[in-house]
Amino acid sequence: MSDTLTVTNPAGTSAVAAVQRTFGIAAEFSSAADLYHAAEKCRDHGFKKWDVHTPFPIHGMDEAMGLGNSKVSLIALSAACTGTVLALMLEFIPSIWLYPLVVHGKPLNFFTVPAFFPVIFEFTVLCCAFGCLFGMLALNRLPRWNHPLFNWERFGKFSDDAFFLSIEADDPKFQETRTKDFLEGIGAKNITLIYE
Amino acid sequence: MADTAIETAPPAAQFDPEMVRQITKPPLVTNNRDFHWVTEKVSGIVEMKTPMWWWIAFFPAAVLAGCCIGGFVYLISTGVGVWGQNSPVMWAWDITNFVFWIGIGHAGTLISAILFLTRQKWRTSINRAAEAMTLFAVICAGLYPGLHVGRLWMAWYLVPVGNANAIWQNFRSPLLWDVFAVGTYFTVSVIFWYVGLIPDLATLRDRATNSVKRFAYGLFALGWRGGNRQWRNYEKAYLILAGISTPLVLSVHTIVSFDFATSIVPGWHTTIFPPYFVAGAIFGGFAMVLTLMLPARHLLGLQDLITKKHVDVMAKIILLTGSIVGYAYIMEFFIAWYSQNPFEQWAFLRNRISAPFTKWMFDVPDAPYWWAYWAMMSCNVISPQIFWSKRARANLWIVFAVCMCVNAGMWFERFVIIVTSIANDFLPGSWGMYSPTWVDIITFTGSFGLFLSLFLLFCRFLPMIAMSEVKGVLPAADPHFHPPGHDAPGGGDHSTGLGGGVRMTTPAPSTGH
Repeated sequence: MSDTLTVTNPAGTSAVAAVQRTFGIAAEFSSAADLYHAAEKCRDHGFKKWDVHTPFPIHGMDEAMGLGNSKVSLIALSAACTGTVLALMLEFIPSIWLYPLVVHGKPLNFFTVPAFFPVIFEFTVLCCAFGCLFGMLALNRLPRWNHPLFNWERFGKFSDDAFFLSIEADDPKFQETRTKDFLEGIGAKNITLIYE
Repeated sequence: MADTAIETAPPAAQFDPEMVRQITKPPLVTNNRDFHWVTEKVSGIVEMKTPMWWWIAFFPAAVLAGCCIGGFVYLISTGVGVWGQNSPVMWAWDITNFVFWIGIGHAGTLISAILFLTRQKWRTSINRAAEAMTLFAVICAGLYPGLHVGRLWMAWYLVPVGNANAIWQNFRSPLLWDVFAVGTYFTVSVIFWYVGLIPDLATLRDRATNSVKRFAYGLFALGWRGGNRQWRNYEKAYLILAGISTPLVLSVHTIVSFDFATSIVPGWHTTIFPPYFVAGAIFGGFAMVLTLMLPARHLLGLQDLITKKHVDVMAKIILLTGSIVGYAYIMEFFIAWYSQNPFEQWAFLRNRISAPFTKWMFDVPDAPYWWAYWAMMSCNVISPQIFWSKRARANLWIVFAVCMCVNAGMWFERFVIIVTSIANDFLPGSWGMYSPTWVDIITFTGSFGLFLSLFLLFCRFLPMIAMSEVKGVLPAADPHFHPPGHDAPGGGDHSTGLGGGVRMTTPAPSTGH
């Protein structure tokens, strides 16, 4: 276990480090189980602006971090409703008003609605899918190709087999040395200060 | 194959290890592989030097794809008459190929969406490749109706936009429903596939050895950081996409079947069509998944990820859906007899079924397409019945052979439905046989080249197994998992969910396969 504070500093001089803004502190845990318990402790300690970075979603981590439900479902629902309304307009405006066309001997009024269902359904699904995709990206603040965490050379391993925890400097409870001590206390390794 | 060994800790001596072994399911990833192994194995396929077999497979596939494109260029520049269809058979191989390919796509969505909702964790190692297969199959499918319109430059009339003639689409037509269904299906499949790819593209980005790769994978990874605040939105989006894809995939082939079922042509005008088409689509699709995955599994050394269990489960699905399809074939025939509708009876008995070897049963002349009907029957209904045997499901050669039969049988099914029904319908004066031209033949066989080329390119440049999902189903991904020699907090009583004292142990990973 490393008990030194590694400073990521591309310029290599402490003078530069002093003017660089601190993004936060990141640390590594050895397994999904350790990270899970560390997250519970972080939550109980009262941190607000922090996250865990894992190669796959860990079951139960939302509760361990004290996070509520995702808002993606709301966005998807509103997108789906928009799709339904758009499809209704797309079908009924031409079929009843712009270009009334008698086919299959069916009347032009609303009672032929079953024949309009397939397009309504498909369009609803289409809009809902777009809502999911763009809602998810917007809530995740993606795409964002550059992020201070990428300055940490170990961070790339999150997408392989490493389990990281990062606490941002903007967190009201963040204090460089105390937060470091806290992370050491809950069994973190490679505790690193990350600069923006 | 090293199963996960189970030990009983002293306080729980009442657990018989043999009993525990029997009630524990076989592992989804064999040989106790760890997270890093999964990354190395799957990314390694993309990162390795292009193997010789890839070129040997890709070259003929690309040539065949070129033939397909050449055939289409000739068709567009000359006219749709270069295809063999003519009165009375106005829908022929083109629509057969369309329904064939779109049906194949359905297995990919079934694996990625329906098996996700039903928590079938084994899907994780095959869903990515199956979804890719869906996209490529839908691309192949989309070519045919697009070109069937004849004047391709008028194809935009399918889309409801204002035009100078102030003509609007007939929204009550199944053909327009098809436009929306297939368009939505393709778009939603792309979204679903891409959302699944984001974390794995991040893996490839983080492993990239040169700046071109880092830029290309990084661009599409969108800056993914794997934070749980991202994962929770991601997982919700994935769940909703699975939830909407499930009715979507059922609707797509239902609507394709409406193209036929809402007409009054005997042999098409059948209420059983929607479920029958959906079952057939899943049936044919699973056969194509196995057709692609069995060689890929062997050539890329993925035996630990795509295990015998996967093959076994897929063979069972083929057996189930094949039997549903067989039931539908027989039910159609029964209803033709039971309804006492002479046209319907004619469509089945005299156009399809009566063959030289059915003389003892039906004393009628041979049907003009009896060979197609019986090819369909034997490939789709009879050949999968061998999967009742566990030994047949475990023999990969038998599985592959049955899948090839099903691929052929499902194409014949669509040919039988489409061509035989309209070749000889109400008016004997307008009967006619259909025969394909060389353009029909190269535009159909060429589509296999297109499909295979796209699939091979996918295997080469994108992770063909969903790494983040496979890692998520490994035992070590469980936040309550504790490796041996590591006393779990709380006495280790929650390691397996089996109650007091039973603990999973994982021997060190072996290096070979």
